[in-house]
Amino acid sequence: MSARRVTVRAGAWSLRVRPRSVVVSAVLVLAALALALVNLSTGDFPVPFGEVLRSLFGTAGDGTAYVVRELRLPRVLVAMLVGAALGISGGIFQTLTRNPLGSPDFIGLTAGAATGALVVMLLLGGDGLAVAAGALVGCLATFGVIYLLAFRRGAQPVRLVLMGIGVSAMLVAFDTLLIVRARLEEMMEAQLWLIGSITNSTMFEVALIGGALVLLLPLVLRYGRDLDMLSLGDETATAHGIRAERSRLVLAVVSVALAAVATAVSGPIAFVALAAPQLASRLTRSPGAGLGAAAAMGAFLLTVSDWVGRRILPLDLPVGVVTAALGGLYLVWLLAGEWRRGRQLT
Amino acid sequence: MTSARLGARELTLAYDGSPVVSTLDLDIADGSFTVIVGPNACGKSTLLKALARVLRPRSGAVVLDGAEIASYPTKEVARRLGLLPQSPLVPPGIVVEDLVARGRFAHQRLLRQWSAQDADAVSDAMRLTGVTDLADRYVDELSGGQRQRVWLAMVLAQQTSIMLLDEPTTFLDLAHQIDVLDICAELHEGGRTIVAVLHDLNQAARYATNLVVMEAGRIVAQGPPAEILTADLVATVFGVPCLVIPAPATDTPMVVPLHRSHRTAATPAVPANAG
Ligand SMILES: Nc1ncnc2c1ncn2[C@@H]1O[C@H](COP(=O)(O)OP(=O)(O)O)[C@@H](O)[C@H]1O
Ligand SMILES: [Mg+2]
Repeated sequence: MSARRVTVRAGAWSLRVRPRSVVVSAVLVLAALALALVNLSTGDFPVPFGEVLRSLFGTAGDGTAYVVRELRLPRVLVAMLVGAALGISGGIFQTLTRNPLGSPDFIGLTAGAATGALVVMLLLGGDGLAVAAGALVGCLATFGVIYLLAFRRGAQPVRLVLMGIGVSAMLVAFDTLLIVRARLEEMMEAQLWLIGSITNSTMFEVALIGGALVLLLPLVLRYGRDLDMLSLGDETATAHGIRAERSRLVLAVVSVALAAVATAVSGPIAFVALAAPQLASRLTRSPGAGLGAAAAMGAFLLTVSDWVGRRILPLDLPVGVVTAALGGLYLVWLLAGEWRRGRQLT
Repeated sequence: MTSARLGARELTLAYDGSPVVSTLDLDIADGSFTVIVGPNACGKSTLLKALARVLRPRSGAVVLDGAEIASYPTKEVARRLGLLPQSPLVPPGIVVEDLVARGRFAHQRLLRQWSAQDADAVSDAMRLTGVTDLADRYVDELSGGQRQRVWLAMVLAQQTSIMLLDEPTTFLDLAHQIDVLDICAELHEGGRTIVAVLHDLNQAARYATNLVVMEAGRIVAQGPPAEILTADLVATVFGVPCLVIPAPATDTPMVVPLHRSHRTAATPAVPANAG
């Protein structure tokens, strides 16, 4: 058998993996870690690499350790974890909808999470966990609406994307209403949050997104295989022993929850959920899913964007601005490519 | 009559509105090559979906090995019978071998994803359908005939003793139609029970051991083709006047549709009110 697949055995267990996907994912993770190290070491108070490592393992001086561990480490971890969550979330939705545009930021889910978070921030005066809960509720409610209107009986991509655009527009209008009614400082804070920023991340945010990933990972592993089968159509999937409707709902809820917590932690970050699975599948030359590679790519993309925002440009740009700019370019490239090949996205 | 592992009992099937199939009874004889024919939209695919548990009946039941099919765990059903849907979806960027390998899903578990049996089943299925050389090709870049053989290989890799095939020959040229049917015949001779929906009555008559003729959600005739395929039947079900004669070489019934100008001439087999 060709080397596109190898089987890893341990006793009665056997896992089937693609060497290419494993290598691509490993390289992406290593690259993200290397950049993370750069992000930990640079800033107003430069810390040499050696000191960074010593800070992480607890043997550096107090001042340096404080800068590295308290000020910089949470931001670096949040970038990687939010990126991974968005990569998985986008990979699931794009496969379920059979469309690169069927990702959470395009079908209104991110907008729903943002509105939920803003409602908690501005109307209820909550913060921390309450904001995260608001984002989750907002995201799930939006998904509920979309699911009822377009998703049962196998989502139709065009309907879903158009519906998402409509829902997003309404939610953004509502966000604006909330913001103009708020006091000035609140207004500024909300506006900054809406751009998508990880600058002020703390270990609380790390725990939130890390916890969500750990909790949902078993479901991702279990249902990721169903996802491959669902991409063959409901009839084929069912004929191979999958409860299509249930699997799709579980996968969608996992994807929604990841997008919601990611949004709660960092604000709505554009395009990572859209681009990460697509770029990963191009690099690994594997169809659809490949959720592991999508996660690695998401972590890498967000870490790069954070680095670009902090280092390349003269001012400390929120990461959301960078991803939006990079993502816009990517989308143009994707659409141009699809048109050249005579394919249609919708 | 031989025993039947798969059957329908007073099966009524519907999507949203009125029933597409009503109170239908059917036994799929073990080891038979059953071919279902009937006009477009008469409910052939709907019936096949229900037999494979893809569609839940509105009333009545599908019985598999003595128990209602809905009472089995889904993967258990998938280890006993396979379905090739009329229009399966091809995800972009998947290669032949990976698609065929997905046919092993029902035999795998989360932590036991690939066994020696899996590898054997996949390579056997690919050899039998003649797609071994296509292993590394992208499925969405294959010709219709190649693709159909790949789908057949996927169902074969499932290693079920009952295979339901919905229009496996539609959109193929004659050579590829015969190709696919010969593979089915070979599987049948190897002991599998085959149920296929076909459009070509002559091919149906040639390959089927049991022919099921449907019209508007009901079965109007069933049995060995030589016994049931008459000009009357074809005229009533398809509205096409014809002659049915023994085919040269195979001696199975052959349907010869009559051209409009022949209908009023000497065609004793056609009733005056048909057409
Ligand atoms: N998914 C569906 N939803 C609603 N109606 C359907 C669906 N599939 C088939 N039908 C209807 O059921 C009837 C029978 O269809 P089908 O079983 O596909 O016919 P056949 O396979 O014999 O051509 C047709 O009238 C068709 O329009
Ligand atoms: Mg049909």
